[in-house]
Amino acid sequence: MSSIAQKKGFGATIWDFMTTVDHKKIAILYLISGGFFFLVGGVEAMLIRIQLAKAGNDFLSAGLYNEIITMHGTTMIFLASMPILLAFMNAIMPLQIGARDVAFPFLNSLGFWLFFFGGIFLNLSWFMGGAPDAGWTNYASLALASEGHGIDFYTLGLTISGFGTLIAGINFLVTIINMRAPGMTYMRMPLFTWTTFVASALILLAFPPLTVGLFFMIFDRLFGANFFAVDMGGNTIIWEHLFWIFGHPEVYILILPAFGIFSEIFAIFSRKRLFGYTALVFATILIGFYGFMVWAHHMFTVGLGPTANAVFALATMIIAVPTGIKIFNWLLTIWGGNISFTVPMIYAVAFIPSFVAGGVTGVMQAIAPLDYQLHDSYFIVAHFHYVIVGGVVLAILAGTHLYWPKMFGTMLSEKLGKWTFWFFFIGFHLTFFIQHFLGLMGMPRRVYTFGADQGWDLFNAISSAGAVLMAIGVIIMLVNVVMTTIKNERVGNDPWGDGRTLEWAIPSPPPFYNFAQTPLVRGLDTYWIEKMEGNKKGMIFAEPLGDIHMPNGSIIPFVMSLGMFIASFGALYFLDGDKPWALAVLVIGMLILFGSMLLRSLKDDLGFHITKAELLEDAKGGKTDGH
Amino acid sequence: MDINQKYTPQSWPDHPETATLEGKNKFIGFWLLLAAETVTFASLFATYLALKDKGPSGMEYSAAGLFELPLVFAMTMILLTSSLTSVYAMYHMKNHNFKAMQAWLGITVILGATFLGLEIYEFNHYVHLGFGFTNSAFSSAFYVLVGTHGAHVLFGLSWFIALMIRNSKRGLNMYNAPKFYLASLYWHFIDVVWVFIFTVVYLMGVIG
Ligand code: HEM
Ligand SMILES: [Cu+2]
Repeated sequence: MSSIAQKKGFGATIWDFMTTVDHKKIAILYLISGGFFFLVGGVEAMLIRIQLAKAGNDFLSAGLYNEIITMHGTTMIFLASMPILLAFMNAIMPLQIGARDVAFPFLNSLGFWLFFFGGIFLNLSWFMGGAPDAGWTNYASLALASEGHGIDFYTLGLTISGFGTLIAGINFLVTIINMRAPGMTYMRMPLFTWTTFVASALILLAFPPLTVGLFFMIFDRLFGANFFAVDMGGNTIIWEHLFWIFGHPEVYILILPAFGIFSEIFAIFSRKRLFGYTALVFATILIGFYGFMVWAHHMFTVGLGPTANAVFALATMIIAVPTGIKIFNWLLTIWGGNISFTVPMIYAVAFIPSFVAGGVTGVMQAIAPLDYQLHDSYFIVAHFHYVIVGGVVLAILAGTHLYWPKMFGTMLSEKLGKWTFWFFFIGFHLTFFIQHFLGLMGMPRRVYTFGADQGWDLFNAISSAGAVLMAIGVIIMLVNVVMTTIKNERVGNDPWGDGRTLEWAIPSPPPFYNFAQTPLVRGLDTYWIEKMEGNKKGMIFAEPLGDIHMPNGSIIPFVMSLGMFIASFGALYFLDGDKPWALAVLVIGMLILFGSMLLRSLKDDLGFHITKAELLEDAKGGKTDGH
Repeated sequence: MDINQKYTPQSWPDHPETATLEGKNKFIGFWLLLAAETVTFASLFATYLALKDKGPSGMEYSAAGLFELPLVFAMTMILLTSSLTSVYAMYHMKNHNFKAMQAWLGITVILGATFLGLEIYEFNHYVHLGFGFTNSAFSSAFYVLVGTHGAHVLFGLSWFIALMIRNSKRGLNMYNAPKFYLASLYWHFIDVVWVFIFTVVYLMGVIG
């Protein structure tokens, strides 16, 4: 069972990843698939910007344009941003709390495979009759009228991947509640762990309404129900409510982990304890809490009435307060710090003004009467790209640089990283800043072209030019990844030299059991404390070296997800009439799903033990730093 | 945790469901899952209330004209009783009395299956009256809300049965005690949801 540097064949490696329940490998799976979908979404974005580069362009047809914007938004939110953040949560959070794995390793794997198959299912729509075309918000009045099966790929695909995300959320919550090392009290948890915790709670409570809405849509379109069919007494506003009750918390599910990553970065590279740790924690909790009370700010123009609009406008403005608190804490963390401008730190510093700009436009939109002017214009597009790209994507790029050595044991090139940063950052502002003005000039969102007489040519051309810069930045990043992987210069436990939390106290990448001995935590920034006191081991231990219990790998999560994937095709074609096999496919898929579930439930899975002798062996050959 | 360790009622812990780390994890994870289920049913109830009695013009059935209380009341009593019998089963689980636990779980399953049978009868009856799933927004909302609950009952029954058969020969241990406990927790949750369905759908429906 000796572990670390076994050489495996290609097939064996694939099988290993298909059956793994190790949070660090699952993190790699999330990172690779999320990264892949990020590229797919990026290509879609470039197609959009090519189409809009000049007036009256006919590069894309109107219908295809609708499919591309829908898939771009859906992919970026559900299949790129979230999974990449889940990758970091998986890779880092258990290490930060001194745990050997997450609470439910089996479910962790299931969560990944559900997301993965859901994403594949959604994207297969391109090859099977056309993609969804009702926008990522999929409003029922549009969606019910959409021909073909595009919308059904959306509803079924998101249902599958949504289950995966829900499972991941529950898993992280239990892990943080139950698996913290001795001494790791809640108020000693690193901020990335805290934001993972709150984001997971949001996942837990926000995804069920989405799932319910998706099921209504599936039933309406595929099984003849009437939830949104107005002529049959249905009501399309129900979809909007369910979608946004999910949708607004969703944007916080994305941004909170991003805040967490930046909090780590500010502390590490300012070589200072986070300023106002307690305030940051409570601001995180508050944002999570308020996040559920503002959804109708997406529906100001629906006509819910002045009272509802006023209440939701106020609630929305209040959210800006805890967000502002965070900004000041970060600034004061940098203030007087001993700063080193590594790539992650550059991203973090650039994030602050970018995100603040997005927050300011958010508060503008929260003013309900003004939003009647801004709604569904390019101003909205500018706002959410400022918060999502200027916040979430910058965090993802920063986190990739920061955690790459911990995940893969080698450092991305700082030099190429800086090139990526400058292309991406300049491109980002060039693309989106000007869209505020396009919006104010009246350009509506989600239109496939515009006339030469409308005066929007120049600004759109500038916006498209910015997109090219961003694409160049991403390509340099890919080159960076490839070159780093080929060079493969191994690094030690704490490659940045200034790590503060437990993940930097163990080898990069860590052995599969993470901690040979569970650490004893003595305070916030526990690794930093030990370093300052000259503890060469980087931690003190809560237990003597002894046998470690580990879970077994399993192929069942993969098979279960495959079952749902197959069943979805059955559901998709169920009412088509000319496809009698649809019911059979639905039933077979369900049988695979429930059969493998039953197998899992009936077969004992007790895991295995790593003995003390093996651990000692590992420690000798293993100080994995060097090879 | 050693699955082969034998226990006596004396050596059996007071709270076997949370005596191991795995058990504790499952316990908390399951409560969180129930939180998600609560939000799910809340969404279904809200939709049902929004669509109650809504349909195409000239729609035949509304709640007041359709629902009758006697059958539903009997179903309610049966399901409530099954919750009680599952409590007895857990009482015996905590006392390490495997046989009695199995017996009470058996009774729980019989009651649950009776409930499900009656629900199927009820749905069938409505369909024959001409109140089908696709007739109106109201009918869709009704069948999806009550049917989702029914699907939960079916899942709970299957779970009990699978656990009972799987462990029939080997009795209670630290590995399966949390599983029995969670299945019965799930069963209580289903019961509570039904109380809301009985009130919101049927009682308030008959009143009009
Ligand atoms: C200070 C905080 C924020 C405020 C006050 C705010 C406010 C708003 C408002 C009022 C709208 C609706 C505008 C309309 O459609 O007419 C909106 C849209 C949006 N916001 Fe924010 N927002 C904030 C932060 C964020 C963050 C952090 C994210 C994501 C990480 C985000 C993502 C979005 C998205 C995606 C939309 C557009 C959804 C769509 O219609 O497709 N916002 N925001
Ligand atoms: Cu919002």
